[in-house]
Amino acid sequence: MSDALRAEWTKLRTLASTGWLLVGTVVLTIGASAAVGAATHVSGENGQDPTKLALIGVYLGQSVVVVLAVLTIAEEYGTGMMRVTLAALPRRLVLLGAKVANVVGLTFVAALIALVGCLVVGRFMLPADGLNPDHGYAFVSITHAATLRAATGSVLYLILIALFSVGVATAVRDTGASIGLVLGLLYLPPILAQVVVEPLRQHLLQIAPMSAGLAVQATTNLRAQPIAPWAGLAVLAAWATASILVGGLLLRRRDA
Amino acid sequence: MNTSNTPSMPPNEVGRGSFIPVLRSEWTKFRTVRGWGIGVLAAVLLCVGFTFLVANGNNEGGCTGPPAPGSGPNSPGSNCYVGHPFVPIGPNGEAVADSYSYVHHRLTGNGTVTVQVTSLTGVISTSPASEAPSLTRTKPGLAQWAKAGILLTSSAKQGSPYAAVMATGGHGVNWQYNYTHDQSGLPGAVTNSSPRWLRLTRNGNTLVGYDSTNGTTWLEIGTARLAGLPATVNIGLFVTSPVTFQSTSGGAPTAATATFDHITMNGRATVADWKSTSVGSGPRDYYPTLGASTTRRPDNGVVLSGSGDISLAVNPLAGGDDASSIVWFGLLVALIMIIVIATMFITVEYRRGLIRTTFTATHRRGFVLSTKAIIIGVVAFVVGTLGSAAGVALGEHALKNNGNFIFPANTFTVTRVIFGSGALVGVSAVAVLAIATILRKSASAVTAGIVVFVLPYVIGSIATGGVGTWLFRLTPAAGFDVLGTLPRSTLVNFPQTMANGYYPLAPWAGLAVLCAYAALALAMAFFVLRRRDA
Repeated sequence: MSDALRAEWTKLRTLASTGWLLVGTVVLTIGASAAVGAATHVSGENGQDPTKLALIGVYLGQSVVVVLAVLTIAEEYGTGMMRVTLAALPRRLVLLGAKVANVVGLTFVAALIALVGCLVVGRFMLPADGLNPDHGYAFVSITHAATLRAATGSVLYLILIALFSVGVATAVRDTGASIGLVLGLLYLPPILAQVVVEPLRQHLLQIAPMSAGLAVQATTNLRAQPIAPWAGLAVLAAWATASILVGGLLLRRRDA
Repeated sequence: MNTSNTPSMPPNEVGRGSFIPVLRSEWTKFRTVRGWGIGVLAAVLLCVGFTFLVANGNNEGGCTGPPAPGSGPNSPGSNCYVGHPFVPIGPNGEAVADSYSYVHHRLTGNGTVTVQVTSLTGVISTSPASEAPSLTRTKPGLAQWAKAGILLTSSAKQGSPYAAVMATGGHGVNWQYNYTHDQSGLPGAVTNSSPRWLRLTRNGNTLVGYDSTNGTTWLEIGTARLAGLPATVNIGLFVTSPVTFQSTSGGAPTAATATFDHITMNGRATVADWKSTSVGSGPRDYYPTLGASTTRRPDNGVVLSGSGDISLAVNPLAGGDDASSIVWFGLLVALIMIIVIATMFITVEYRRGLIRTTFTATHRRGFVLSTKAIIIGVVAFVVGTLGSAAGVALGEHALKNNGNFIFPANTFTVTRVIFGSGALVGVSAVAVLAIATILRKSASAVTAGIVVFVLPYVIGSIATGGVGTWLFRLTPAAGFDVLGTLPRSTLVNFPQTMANGYYPLAPWAGLAVLCAYAALALAMAFFVLRRRDA
């Protein structure tokens, strides 16, 4: 297992794209939060959730995590490298485990930096938008239990998204199609939910991977959310588990 | 044919290939990948399916009281009904609001009505959204477009042609006709110390509005020519006051009260024989109103209260749907599938090394990119057009069956939405192909393509403050503006936002933004393709 881990780590480390994608995850996540923070202006008490607004960059940053995760496996099929890899590491599930471990580790580091950056952005940019104690909003702060949960939950969210993407890419074996499928499954259901009526809307938001998973970011008005924070993250974990299981099964049974 | 004898093909071009064979070979490549054919077909079907799903999810209906036990909608004895509230249609086929209090007379032939408005005040409903608004729960406040003045209309039917001269809550004196036309007169609010005199004259089909501060020196504000005006029309005083968004984001109904003095109609009218009516405030009328009342005053005076609006209908008050409100999601799904296919159309060749064979067969690399762009552009255009046309046809059928109000749109608008959908998908496909050519990898091209179109909808739904709206102006997602159908009006104080179905750019302007991005990407792709090794 440790040989497999080291082999996969060397492959991932020596790809130019890996570094760029990790930097991209951090920059896009913080940048999107900052852009939304700069463009937001709240007048009067409108029931805003400052923490959620500060962490909004995850909506964009996750797309880079998806790319990173998909590339680690689908690109090997694209170049034919997969056959060499499997000749060297015939135990396919060990190989998948090694890939997953590497992707999870890198995603964790990038996500941690990105989320800390988002919190800093939220603390220093949002008060100027009217989200300050004068308007009845507390400063975004890690000492606030709900905010801590939202931030750590978002790190876990990005890791689960990476797992989900690796599973899909293992099953689909094509970079473009995998990314299209994962991003479609993430982004489309919440948009569809805007235009359908209850109770379909509610159910859609409860089972869709992104809207359920990002319920962990809510810190105010929790009763009005379609799903409880940790329950939502559990839904995403179920998606990730199912995807890894199907990917692993196909990897074992199929010719490369 | 001996190509060396053809003047259009100089000797040094022989063997370098001409455009048509390249087009044919690229079409063969596209056609013979089974997954892409399936993907294209699935894109059309998903577009149609999701459009129908979105349309079918909309139901209109309601109850005018507690439902009678054991009776279904529309059955005798039931207070419930399936179907939308009544939305009047104006003289040019547009949906309008036409609710007001009216004290009027029949006028045959030419004539003039003159009146002095000495006060205009109002109240704003404070009832929560879950309760019916009532005059007992209000606070003082006058809507910007509260209107009081003289109204001439061809009949009492809602949506009739009209012209009116009026004092307003915050826009001074105005001359308006046929729901969309407006000219400003004297500025300033009406008070007891600065009353406004208003006059409306009919001469044949020509109507003229005047205002004055003293009743002796008159200024003409504007004229209207209403074709086909009958010989006998209604003329009289009206008051109305629209839903305001000044204090609540959800909107609150308002009512206005105006005091009119010195009413004269060609010098012969007395208020006693004028009829008072309330137009467009029945239980089935869609515009939220707060009630109406009339009190006579001595010396040809009247105090009139009214609620409603005379203007273009706006969503979501009118609760209407149309082609654009149902088709966009299906289009988004189709677009994502086309983005993946357009990317693979070129990146697969790089990955498999086929691109070197392609460039060996066709030395002119520009031809390869042009033919690929034409093929994917046309295929994507057909996908968008077919998906949109079939989806809209099916979806509008579902909307009608479920009793929804469909915003009237003329043939040109519907055609524009359908072919605009095709253009949106087609131009996007070409842009994504160009990006994929520059990057030579699927990952970034697919991700960029999807995120650019999807994220504005996601961000727009969670962040307030107009971030989403700016994305629909400045990014390639502006292409979706081509779907906009709801007419905007500056005569309605209303959040005409994305959430309510109002796109931020004019249809062709939005498409032009997308085309500019596509042209830029294509130019860069041609440039790097010529300079780079394959």
